[in-house]
Amino acid sequence: MSHSTTAAPPTPAAPPPPGGTPKRWRLSLARLDIKYSPYLYITPFFLVFGIFGLYPMLRTAWMSLHDWDLIGDRTFIGFDNYTRLLTDEYFWNALINTFGIFALSTVPQLLLALFLANLLNRTLLRAKAFFRLAIFIPNVVSVAAVAIVFGMLYQREYGLVNWLLGFVGIDQIDWDGQTWSSWTAIASMVNWRWTGYNTLILLAGMQAIPRDLYEAAEIDGAGQWRQFWRITLPLLRPTFIFVVILSTIGGMQLFTEPLLFANGNIIGGTQREFQTLAMYMYEMGITNLNSAGYGAAVAWALFMIIGLMSLLNFVLVRRAAK
Amino acid sequence: MSLTTRRSRLAASALAAITAVGGLAACGNDDEPAAGEKPSKLIVDTFGEFGYEELIKQYEKDTGIKIELRKTAQLGEYRPKLVRYLATGKGAGDVIALEEGILNEFKSNPRNWVDLAPLTDDHSEDYLPWKWELGKAPDGRLMGLPTDVGSLAVCYRKDLFEAAGLPTERDEVSALWPDWDSFLETGRAYKEGSGGKALIDSITAVSDASLFQQGDDLFYDKENNIIAETSPAVKAAWDTAISMVDISAKAATWSQEWSAGFKQGSFAATFCPSWMLGIVAENSGEANKGKWDVAAVPGGGGNWGGSWLAVPEQSAYHEEAAKLAEFLTNATSQVEAFKAKGPLPTHLEALQDEAFLSYTNEYFSGAPTGKIFGESVSKIEPIHLGPKHQAVKENAFGLALRAYENGQASEDEAWQQFVKDAEIQGAF
Repeated sequence: MSHSTTAAPPTPAAPPPPGGTPKRWRLSLARLDIKYSPYLYITPFFLVFGIFGLYPMLRTAWMSLHDWDLIGDRTFIGFDNYTRLLTDEYFWNALINTFGIFALSTVPQLLLALFLANLLNRTLLRAKAFFRLAIFIPNVVSVAAVAIVFGMLYQREYGLVNWLLGFVGIDQIDWDGQTWSSWTAIASMVNWRWTGYNTLILLAGMQAIPRDLYEAAEIDGAGQWRQFWRITLPLLRPTFIFVVILSTIGGMQLFTEPLLFANGNIIGGTQREFQTLAMYMYEMGITNLNSAGYGAAVAWALFMIIGLMSLLNFVLVRRAAK
Repeated sequence: MSLTTRRSRLAASALAAITAVGGLAACGNDDEPAAGEKPSKLIVDTFGEFGYEELIKQYEKDTGIKIELRKTAQLGEYRPKLVRYLATGKGAGDVIALEEGILNEFKSNPRNWVDLAPLTDDHSEDYLPWKWELGKAPDGRLMGLPTDVGSLAVCYRKDLFEAAGLPTERDEVSALWPDWDSFLETGRAYKEGSGGKALIDSITAVSDASLFQQGDDLFYDKENNIIAETSPAVKAAWDTAISMVDISAKAATWSQEWSAGFKQGSFAATFCPSWMLGIVAENSGEANKGKWDVAAVPGGGGNWGGSWLAVPEQSAYHEEAAKLAEFLTNATSQVEAFKAKGPLPTHLEALQDEAFLSYTNEYFSGAPTGKIFGESVSKIEPIHLGPKHQAVKENAFGLALRAYENGQASEDEAWQQFVKDAEIQGAF
């Protein structure tokens, strides 16, 4: 109790209890450690994912089975929201818009990225670091800033694009007034932002290809084009799949660019010319307080579409490379 | 076998952890203070500028209750916050400012709000009658006490009017357009005199202005059925707007063309609620100071915007919060708020106040805006808006008119588009 008391020596010196328990204790501790600590190490991720990923998803699924007013009543209605989705003209319109803008942005973007990456991969190129950095800068710029600046470029009366087109004799285009023009304008924002990003990923993939393959090909007399076609492309396949899937996920969720292009109106044009699925989800789930359940159904539909598209990409790109 | 069981056990405990977190989040705070207990603090939620800073200090001194003013700059950020408070049942202030569109929408779930009538004195004769009526929910409860109105006037460019050979003095200009037909005539005269330029920014600006003048049911009847297709008031506003297409610059309010149009002079007049004056001044720039003036709106009265103060059910201090709301909306407070930040009063006494009536705006050639706006807003007849008025007006009515104005749809097609979308946007 007090300091003056001559206490028993501390535990380590204590005589071993009968049966050699500490050894076994330590052994079982070690076994536990081997068995369970890996789970412990990855727990933080799963906790965070559970709270911010899984729980909202399950909750959304639960919401989608209800007629759910965000600030009022909710009634269970089973799959009614999903059947309504199938005949909802505006849902299909949003789906078509999303795919249209996706095609207009992803295809040229990836082709350009491939071209640029190949260019940056040249051994003879000077100031490589500068170009690689410069090409990534658009991606660092805030998406809101990009959308606002592009919105100004595409103004009807005083926009730079229409002014330039005027020189080649093309009349003023009402960019947000038609389907094709609004898709083009929005796709150009996406392309501007993401081409550099994809270029860098493809470039990294290209640099992982062993140099001696090219040297051998050169000795065999293969030209640049043939090398690109026969060595770079096939070996780039895994990277390419990755880039395509990322672009698909991003493209399907396109939201900020079209929203700001419409001056913040969630409808996306006077006749829903460029309302994307994510915008429609937001309109139904959040802007209209009383149809949150339906918005949740749109969210799940979007989720399934992205899953399907990723799978399709995977299969297609794989087969094409074969 | 053992692996799968372990996995499933792990998954089960993970799920349990997740649901525990979810369950915790779902637990609200149901502590009710004893009746009559004095609150230590009340919270007031507002957006933009209500001019309450000094008033709140005074109230703190008078009552000894501490008050926290939470201001959100943009209405667009304010609404999602309110929705979150209501959806989760917590976080809301004790007194909440509700803008016109938000109030109407929240009316369809009146149980979220305290009935202020039993908690305050009878004010039914004190305010602009239509404004007072709009503060009531469909179940009859008094959801909000009136704060301010947008009112409506016409902002016009004197220099452009002069160049087109039109009068420039505000009384003469007001006399040019007692009604919408003469407004259209003026627009045509301006077009001729200016070499084909547009008088107004867009036809949706016209429809916004004329909708409120109809003094009747708009998109909903009194039982809140959607009557978009048959409502005579809606048709009248539609026809007025459609007729103006020739004198419009086709620059929808808030669009890039619109903001740029002020500097470029692509339109010579626009419809101005009082809060719009600052925006017109900002878009036009210092160079155009003194070139703008303010005249009366065609058709007499008008309104665009304005708010109410409400007390949410989740507040712990209904009675004290209602008293605070009552204080902030009384005549003296409204005049003080107007002097501080400019929101137009709705209290009849405040509208007669000398400080309000004598107010002039320097940027707009010293126009007596207090008098002009006060007159405009007192001419409005009570109207019934219905739960999704704002959504129908903006996303069905306004967009259809814009589709017509842009030449994307004929008048018939645009009307069909409006009728169809009104059903969708108006559902509640």
